[in-house]
Amino acid sequence: MHPAISIAGLNHAFGEGEARRQVLFDINLAIPRGQFVILVGASGSGKTTLLTLLGCLRALQQGRVGLLGQELLGADEETRIACRRRLGFIFQAHNLHDSLTAMQNVRMGLDVHGIRPGADAAAEHALRLLGLGERLHYLPANLSGGQKQRVAVARALVGNPDIIFADEPTAALDWESAQQLLDIIRLLATERRTTTLMVTHDSRIMALADRILTMEDGRLVRDEAVPRA
Amino acid sequence: MTALLTRLLGRLPIGWLQLRHNRNRLIAALAGVTFANLLIYMQLGFLGGLLNGISLPYASFDADILIQASDANTLQDGSPLPRNRMLEALAIPGVAEATPLYIFKMDWKQPDGTIRTLDVMGVDPRMANFRVAEIEAARPLLALSNAALIDRGTRNVPPELFDEIDAGRPYRIETANRSVNILGSFRIGGGFGADGVMVVSDQTFLKLFRNRTAGAPNIILVRAAPGQAIDPLIARLRAALPAADTAVRSVDEAIRRDQNFQTTQRPVGIVFGFGVVIGALVGIIIVYQVLASDVADHMREYATFKAIGYRQSFFLGVIFEEAVILALFGFLPGTALAIALYAAVKATAGLPLEMTGSRMLFMLLGTIIMCTLSGAIATRRLAKADPAALF
Repeated sequence: MHPAISIAGLNHAFGEGEARRQVLFDINLAIPRGQFVILVGASGSGKTTLLTLLGCLRALQQGRVGLLGQELLGADEETRIACRRRLGFIFQAHNLHDSLTAMQNVRMGLDVHGIRPGADAAAEHALRLLGLGERLHYLPANLSGGQKQRVAVARALVGNPDIIFADEPTAALDWESAQQLLDIIRLLATERRTTTLMVTHDSRIMALADRILTMEDGRLVRDEAVPRA
Repeated sequence: MTALLTRLLGRLPIGWLQLRHNRNRLIAALAGVTFANLLIYMQLGFLGGLLNGISLPYASFDADILIQASDANTLQDGSPLPRNRMLEALAIPGVAEATPLYIFKMDWKQPDGTIRTLDVMGVDPRMANFRVAEIEAARPLLALSNAALIDRGTRNVPPELFDEIDAGRPYRIETANRSVNILGSFRIGGGFGADGVMVVSDQTFLKLFRNRTAGAPNIILVRAAPGQAIDPLIARLRAALPAADTAVRSVDEAIRRDQNFQTTQRPVGIVFGFGVVIGALVGIIIVYQVLASDVADHMREYATFKAIGYRQSFFLGVIFEEAVILALFGFLPGTALAIALYAAVKATAGLPLEMTGSRMLFMLLGTIIMCTLSGAIATRRLAKADPAALF
């Protein structure tokens, strides 16, 4: 079986000519399915660029990236869209649609695959798992910051993605909600072999990961397995 | 509504939910579409009134063919026509009757000092000239010296005056040191060129307008013999009459030519045409502003949907959904207001503004196209929704 993510000789730069600035240098990495990987590094170290490339949100320039067996170098927009539909994104900002209820926002994560019977039930289940059973039909304006973030998490997870890309997903959550999220991620890893690549600086989470990657100045400088007690 | 749209679209009706969510923006957009609708409706109404007003006198003639001066574009413009053409026409096989028609404008000063402009038509009272039953019934009266019949549809004249006339009490009009006695009324209706129509005998006409002569009518009304096909007769007339000074046309052809001339060559028609274009532009700009603001306000959400895997077609669908909803919801009040305004204009100005089913259908389709065009322009902003900027 293909690894969830395989990277070989990945370089990336922004700008052209004298304004060209390389932000990723010769990244090599393989992440098997079902792993919970944390990516750390200082601001400007290249974490975000790496996430956008792995998330098929940008076109590759140089190097090879395999995502669930799909080579991304030279992939056209349609291929990248197809890949994105197998991913779950949790952004720092919730980015909920203000005119959609919590249920409707979560359903958007399902409807991308076309309307299916049971979509409402699945959306409701995802929200209940995150403790929002009483807020199903609330508009974002009527939810707290943490509740909005949990709705965004539910939207990312409801489609049972093969890989989850998360950027500081617990920043707006209290520890209880953060633990709920981590429990779900571990459950998905165990039951569905879902891979998670998370950018976080939350030290409480580090111990829960399988592996921690550290980036500095666009280079992957450390790749450590987290010892299990 | 949401459930219905979900079923129709096969997805959540995000466009509708967005519009509904921001009530102020929705009201502003609907007001804009309604206003644009009303503007276009009124211009189309006036344009339709102009066309209708042009056709009314033609349609009242009891004729199959009109012989006009070759440079005539309307009922009244063009050079005088040699009356001999009538005699020449009568010699053509298939022509049953031919009779001259004289037309000129006359100002009718009202007791309150205001002026009504009348199209005065002079005809031979021995001949049937009109399809209007009231004129035909009162035709013998026209043989009386200075007798006239007047259009009850003449704008801004108290209806009591016509009632008096119809009750047998003649009404005297003084004009250009001449007077005419109005002995009866009929209904044709005024257009944009005049407030109404007055019919007199050719002799009375020539007394009223001293610069006109019996030998130079404006039009010769030709009736074909029973069973005579019109087109071959027109061809024979054209072959027989000199094209240098005469033009032979069917009534329908003359109406079309007049309408085309007045809508494309005369300021009033051009102004109404421009009005329609301006109305559409106003609508496009207002709807574009609303949709573009909506796109700008939801850029991050759209970028998130792009990241999730929604295609460009989905976003276009949302914008067009909003555009069509605005079109439909703006069309209804726009149409209702237009119907009310048509009635008001008709009552106050006597202009023949009529709301027709085809006009409403045209407006509905036009409004949808107008809003969709705005949506198409607004969707250009969607390209700025970059999911890579979300991390």
